[in-house]
Amino acid sequence: MSRLATVFTKLETNGRKALVPYIVAGDPDTTLTVPLMHELVRQGADILEIGVPFSDPMAEGPVIQLAHERALANHVTLTMVLEFITEFRLQDQETPVVLMGYANPIERMGYHVFANRAAAAGVDGLLTVDMPPEEAEGPTKILRDAGIDNIFLLAPTTSDARIEKIASLASGYLYCVSLKGVTGAGHLDVKAVSEKLDSIKRYTDLPVTVGFGIKDGASAAALAPFCAGVVVGSALIESIVATNATMSATDRVVAAATLIGDIRTALDA
Amino acid sequence: MGSKLEKADFSQFPDANGHFGIYGGRFVSETLVFALDELESAYQRLRHDPSFQAEFDHDLAHYVGRPSPLYYAKRWSEEVGGAKIFLKREDLNHTGAHKVNNTVGQALLAKYMGKKHVIAETGAGQHGVASATVAARLGMTCQVFMGEEDIHRQALNVYRMKLLGAEVVSVKSGSRTLKDAMNEAMRNWVTNVDDTFYIIGTAAGPHPYPMLVRDFQSVIGREAREQCLSQNGRLPDALVACVGGGSNAIGLFHPFLDDEGVAMYGVEAGGYGVETGKHAAPLNDGIPGILHGNRTYLMQDEGGQIIETHSVSAGLDYPGVGPEHSWLKDMGRVNYVAINDDEALTAFRKLTLVEGIMPALESAHAVAYAEKLAKTMSPEQSIVVNLSGRGDKDIHTVATIDGIGIE
Repeated sequence: MSRLATVFTKLETNGRKALVPYIVAGDPDTTLTVPLMHELVRQGADILEIGVPFSDPMAEGPVIQLAHERALANHVTLTMVLEFITEFRLQDQETPVVLMGYANPIERMGYHVFANRAAAAGVDGLLTVDMPPEEAEGPTKILRDAGIDNIFLLAPTTSDARIEKIASLASGYLYCVSLKGVTGAGHLDVKAVSEKLDSIKRYTDLPVTVGFGIKDGASAAALAPFCAGVVVGSALIESIVATNATMSATDRVVAAATLIGDIRTALDA
Repeated sequence: MGSKLEKADFSQFPDANGHFGIYGGRFVSETLVFALDELESAYQRLRHDPSFQAEFDHDLAHYVGRPSPLYYAKRWSEEVGGAKIFLKREDLNHTGAHKVNNTVGQALLAKYMGKKHVIAETGAGQHGVASATVAARLGMTCQVFMGEEDIHRQALNVYRMKLLGAEVVSVKSGSRTLKDAMNEAMRNWVTNVDDTFYIIGTAAGPHPYPMLVRDFQSVIGREAREQCLSQNGRLPDALVACVGGGSNAIGLFHPFLDDEGVAMYGVEAGGYGVETGKHAAPLNDGIPGILHGNRTYLMQDEGGQIIETHSVSAGLDYPGVGPEHSWLKDMGRVNYVAINDDEALTAFRKLTLVEGIMPALESAHAVAYAEKLAKTMSPEQSIVVNLSGRGDKDIHTVATIDGIGIE
């Protein structure tokens, strides 16, 4: 069984929800990425979503846009991101890692090369924000052959027919975007999301996580009953930015990941 | 990438998923797919609707001022000493450029779709002005996204947009130019997708935009074709148009694609020279990739990051290009060449002095290439140059290069 399937099965057995933090690789500093990944797991993360920096992150709000810009200023490339994952896997063989980003850096590397290198590095899934199902059949097969799940977004505007189509291509889990907007937006509507999740569940048995606009324990706990897990991105990146750069790396990642520890507590309460 | 095609039925493209060969498509986040579907189905219905077409034609005639003249630049042609050069005078349109053909069409679509709010991205400001203009006329609210850098470069157009009642939103992310303005417009559209119509200014972006912008701009080529036949009794030997995103070029080229005797030249911005890497010529020196919802030639680095472009002309300063141009390049139907900043500036001055017509710096790239091309041809042959816009907006830029301060 894949790492993702193992984690979701175990969580379901224990009646728990997946906590999925998102960080951008190489932000704010290339030396912090792998220590931060380990600390997020220590404080309760079940799956890690690692953003691959891109010059034109069209779906991101201001907080994550700046994280992409900082990572690019640190000269982070897709190749470096895969090196981070290789390093992470030296100490952690269990926690699934999903790369999240935009199509062009992967196109440039080539899907076959990417799939093989990502699998060798220990990547479990790929979420390409600007790769809709109409364009995704070829890439999905290449990824699947390498043992990598292709994770798709579902939006509030996704019709039932499209949910069905996307579910037929997806594996690992589905990522439900909670609102019409960019990452980090502030207008979360729990009732609307829960209704969307009900219609999604009619078409798939895959676990469904929810992201965009989840910033603390309260918002995570409010959504948790309706989904398999929650994704926390912008709020975590703000928490990383708020740490003092003069602190030791260890203190810094502990302080940054405290938000995830708090959300874990709220989810398990 | 990019296989050579021998011949295509150009009227059949894009395909149902918006592809021109391997180019085009719809690479957007899931939230926007519904809005693109809605736009596509509205357009498919209205493009064959006689009342929609009649209203569009009426607006082009009475609001834009079409048809635009096809002017024989006799003095310039004789001075160059080669082919006869004709100028398709899109600079004489209302608002001073070809952009308005498309904004009139898209605003009409917005009206038929019941949308009351439009957004647009702009580089040089011409598309922003054209969007603000049609919004004012139809009583719609309008927001224009513009890179902070371009706001400084094009202060006059910023104020024009404000006078027209539009809100100009300064974009401070990334390189703070046209590509970032487009990112921000997309982000705004995702957030306000229910009631907002996004007027994209060039023949790029996700399907159906490259198709509908081409269709609205094709009035340029249809008129030029008829004017050549009625004024000269024959088709031209060559067409020349500048290419940033490529809307004026595809508008001129498309109605001639089946005319095998008509050679076509798309002129990209060579900036400081294609060999310097500081340019905006993805068809000359780029690699196919995915940006702004479509697969096309892009200026990108080895890691797939979009790189910053340079051109003296803000309207050509864009790292991508419309997907149909990428396709036409690969099949060899259109030749894509580059003209550097200094050549464009020379052409700007020359046409102004010799014909009393001041071209936009974008159009000056086409003018410069036409002069090179004409010299290789005979006086029995003819060239049509798309004079896509007027140069008033660029006087400040040229004066600054001349070391003259104008307030």
